[in-house]
Amino acid sequence: MQSVILRKVIKLVSSALIASGILFSYTVTCAENEVATLRDAAKIAEQKEPNIIPKVINKDIKQGRNYPMQPPVIPHTIRSYEVNKYNNKCMSCHSRQLTEESQAPMVSVTHYMNRDGNFLAEISPRRYFCNQCHVTQQDAKPLVVNTFIDMHSLMKQKTAKDNQE
Amino acid sequence: MKKLLKVGWDTLSSPSGYYSLGFLVLGGFIAGIIFWGGFNTALEVTNTEEFCISCHEMENNVYEELKTTIHFTNRSGVRATCPDCHVPHKWTDKIARKMQASKEVWAKFWGTINTREKFQAHRRELAEHEWARLKANDSLECRNCHNFDYMDFTEQSQRAATQHSGALANGDKTCIDCHKGIAHQLPDMKGVEGW
Repeated sequence: MQSVILRKVIKLVSSALIASGILFSYTVTCAENEVATLRDAAKIAEQKEPNIIPKVINKDIKQGRNYPMQPPVIPHTIRSYEVNKYNNKCMSCHSRQLTEESQAPMVSVTHYMNRDGNFLAEISPRRYFCNQCHVTQQDAKPLVVNTFIDMHSLMKQKTAKDNQE
Repeated sequence: MKKLLKVGWDTLSSPSGYYSLGFLVLGGFIAGIIFWGGFNTALEVTNTEEFCISCHEMENNVYEELKTTIHFTNRSGVRATCPDCHVPHKWTDKIARKMQASKEVWAKFWGTINTREKFQAHRRELAEHEWARLKANDSLECRNCHNFDYMDFTEQSQRAATQHSGALANGDKTCIDCHKGIAHQLPDMKGVEGW
């Protein structure tokens, strides 16, 4: 009986040792990989100097897409614009009946469709929370380079190349 | 009762038999200063943010909401307190508003909005009172700080400049027509013009 318990304890301790060994080697390799993290090169015990908070772009100039099917980005600030169960501030300019007055881009008609494809009088509940897809842009350097080329430009390039040949 | 009134009237209407005229005039003058000063001081005490948020109705609802807005914290550190927007600055208007506000003491007494749910239920009505007041006085409380004559449209975003040099300049619209819910959350805006 005692030997069974002893064997169990030995098993447990040895597996714990192995696990901690794996974990240790893993952290060592991580430290060796100089992976850029949000903390940059700051040591774990040090407080990193916070980055400067970039400003939201407020130029009202429409921006191109960064990937196919990207929802248009918001070219203005939206500080304290409420979108909740009582109100949708965005729709006080972008809704289909108010764009004439506001001259804001009109919300696409797909936003009035429910998932069965029927058109509703009001914006569809599944499209109600604008900020789920549409976001403001900050005046900051992009973290990664975007190599996206629009389909239209691609086709243009191809026809130009074909014509040359 | 009638006798008592008669005695009081006789005392007031008969000349003073003991105090000198100088004492009465000067004494009256000094007492006047003290009473008037005291009244105004008390009035000013009720016109501070600490007084407003001494009621939990105000502190837990509207004050908390104000904290996230530009009228509470901003780049230059100028901030609006409750009475800056909600109490007229001119004396007669202020007294009129203070008299109206005595009804709010009644509501406090009966706990009309003593929970968040009750407050939310009354929110549209309360907001409409404020919109109506600001509409009627051409957004006077906004204009106490935001003076149209000194607005630099070139410093504004294009959209803002268009609106301010158009509808606001020609008097079609006043501040509150567009700037609703800038300092507190909005009620259900169903049926409100422009929403």
